[in-house]
Amino acid sequence: MSVGLPMPEPQRMLASQRSPDPMLPSPALIEAIKPVAYGISTFTLRFVDPAERAEYRFQPGQFNMLYLPGAGEIAISVSSDPDEPQLLGHTVRQAGNVTRTLARLKVGHQVGVRGPYGNPWPLDKVAGKSLVIVAGGIGLAPLRPLILSILHHRAAYGRVVLLYGARTPADLLYTDEFARWQEGNVEVHVTVDLGDEHWKGQVGVVPQLFYRIRVEPKETCVMTCGPEIMMRFVIYEALARRIPKDAIYLSMERNMKCAVGFCGHCQFGPTFICKQGPVLNYARIEPFFGKEDF
Amino acid sequence: MSPETPRVSASVVIPKASLQVVFDHLRATGFRLIGPTVRESAIVLDEIAGLEDLPLGWTDTQEPGRYRLQRTRAAEYFGFTVGPQSWKQFLHPARLQLFSVERKNGDLTVRKAQEPAPAYAFIGVRACDLHAIGIQDRVFLGGEFQDPHYARRREQVFVLAVNCRKAGSTCFCSSLGTGPRVKGGFDLALTELPEIFVVEIGSEAGSEALRGTPWESATAFDLGRATQAVQRAEGQIVRQLRTDDLPKMLYDNLDHRRWDEVAARCLSCANCTQVCPTCFCTTVEDASNLKGTSADRTRVWDSCFVRDFSHVHGGNIRPSIRSRYRQWLTHKLGSWFDQFGILGCVGCGRCITWCPVGIDLTEEVKALREKVTP
Repeated sequence: MSVGLPMPEPQRMLASQRSPDPMLPSPALIEAIKPVAYGISTFTLRFVDPAERAEYRFQPGQFNMLYLPGAGEIAISVSSDPDEPQLLGHTVRQAGNVTRTLARLKVGHQVGVRGPYGNPWPLDKVAGKSLVIVAGGIGLAPLRPLILSILHHRAAYGRVVLLYGARTPADLLYTDEFARWQEGNVEVHVTVDLGDEHWKGQVGVVPQLFYRIRVEPKETCVMTCGPEIMMRFVIYEALARRIPKDAIYLSMERNMKCAVGFCGHCQFGPTFICKQGPVLNYARIEPFFGKEDF
Repeated sequence: MSPETPRVSASVVIPKASLQVVFDHLRATGFRLIGPTVRESAIVLDEIAGLEDLPLGWTDTQEPGRYRLQRTRAAEYFGFTVGPQSWKQFLHPARLQLFSVERKNGDLTVRKAQEPAPAYAFIGVRACDLHAIGIQDRVFLGGEFQDPHYARRREQVFVLAVNCRKAGSTCFCSSLGTGPRVKGGFDLALTELPEIFVVEIGSEAGSEALRGTPWESATAFDLGRATQAVQRAEGQIVRQLRTDDLPKMLYDNLDHRRWDEVAARCLSCANCTQVCPTCFCTTVEDASNLKGTSADRTRVWDSCFVRDFSHVHGGNIRPSIRSRYRQWLTHKLGSWFDQFGILGCVGCGRCITWCPVGIDLTEEVKALREKVTP
């Protein structure tokens, strides 16, 4: 007999406090639909119930579950300004059944929303630091509330740089906002994998943009969201510049059905992406990150 | 004169036939009795009315990939080990409607599902399965969010536990400290002896359930026989699972060659996850009417062995059986501990018995522990 790990006795359960059903969505009205890139639109939603609307708050990096009857439910990060939580932007690419159904809806229609869920970007931990924000494709969506929040409190941070790339110029998100971000003292560097005849900017993959900047490794935090292969090389470039592992944060994606830790789908090693994620500290997940088919 | 009901934590003896009085009492107080019964050549869990529904005189033999019922000469009601089903299907049903939605002119109305949550009395819960319930308690009630469907069922449950007097060849509860003796979390715990049941009273509700049943305090002789019976079961356990180096050992061996070897045998059929009393994964299904104006949303059991389990846009995260078996085992015996402070295995052996090709997780863990020369 070898008992290594504790196996506590099962307890008789006391009558628990009846918590609200976390799986029930609330109706929300589509206030606006704004195409932001090829096949990608931002849906601005507003809870129908005034009490819910008044109570709702989110932090940059958190997500909502959007439910479309008969189609299903998906996790979409909130991409709008956290200081205006009555109007919730969700930047959605048409990728599957639910997102294509959503794309057919019009302003004035309703969808089901529950949230916000997940671990946000660690704004408190990175205060006073220089920030390198690295995004690929639609990975800029969960970083936009972070950028907007930084712009509101710009003095609280050191140098702030956004390194952003997408496959083609037509796939770049929020390009109409870049000038405003730059005015607010957020440096924006953009690249595309494949230019078109009008493209005069850099061509190449996102991690290469690191060569356009110099960082003070001890004073810098990296926050990244994009395809995992991109994030792998972002981490590589960051570590090559002596940025500590625990100063790197990434936002991950996994299949998700419940967003509250019951369905088991979003497990990534010891973490549930819906609970400890989507924003994870690299030091914590290093042994698992990039592991094939993990 | 003895009081009408025994005090909590006392041990009493009742004649075997008197268990029917306890059953009647439970039914009269509103419980639906769920217990073991023979069906389709297996001992399954279903609603029972009385002693006559229990598998009297039946036992089972279990081996990796093999389960057979046999007649015995012993007149025992609980002379078998765990069958394919666990209590999970009653507390965390395989299909459960969450809500329904109606859409009118683009507006949504969400209605909570109004399905009943009966008060169950679980008859014959083994120590391993009682621990499994404790583990699912942590999953569904122990975190930031609580599952109200699980909570409603769980709060009402009456647990009549049974100490194992016999171990199956696939059992390994003693390695995990989860059995064979029931130690807590029950209302009543029985040990079956040839002519009597020794009954330990675990709660006020358990004590109350004995009202009207003829009982006597257990003698040292009765208690000794009961203890011996359980010790005999423990002595029969042949399989072992070492857990002192978990979860690290698994995390250190994510690229071990053994994963390829087990993947070549594993059919990815998901049987192990369906019979497992702690596996909790679910997916959701929407059934809409043809006009698309209303939909029912249902939660159903899922399995990490299902190909689409990890599907995200662009493909599956775990397309190979190797990756899916690795996910299952490293979760059950590894990351479960990081997530819930407890392992996800209770040593019931169901995943070994009900694996069509007889994969034995205790063997796999042993093999993963072996150093491989590259």
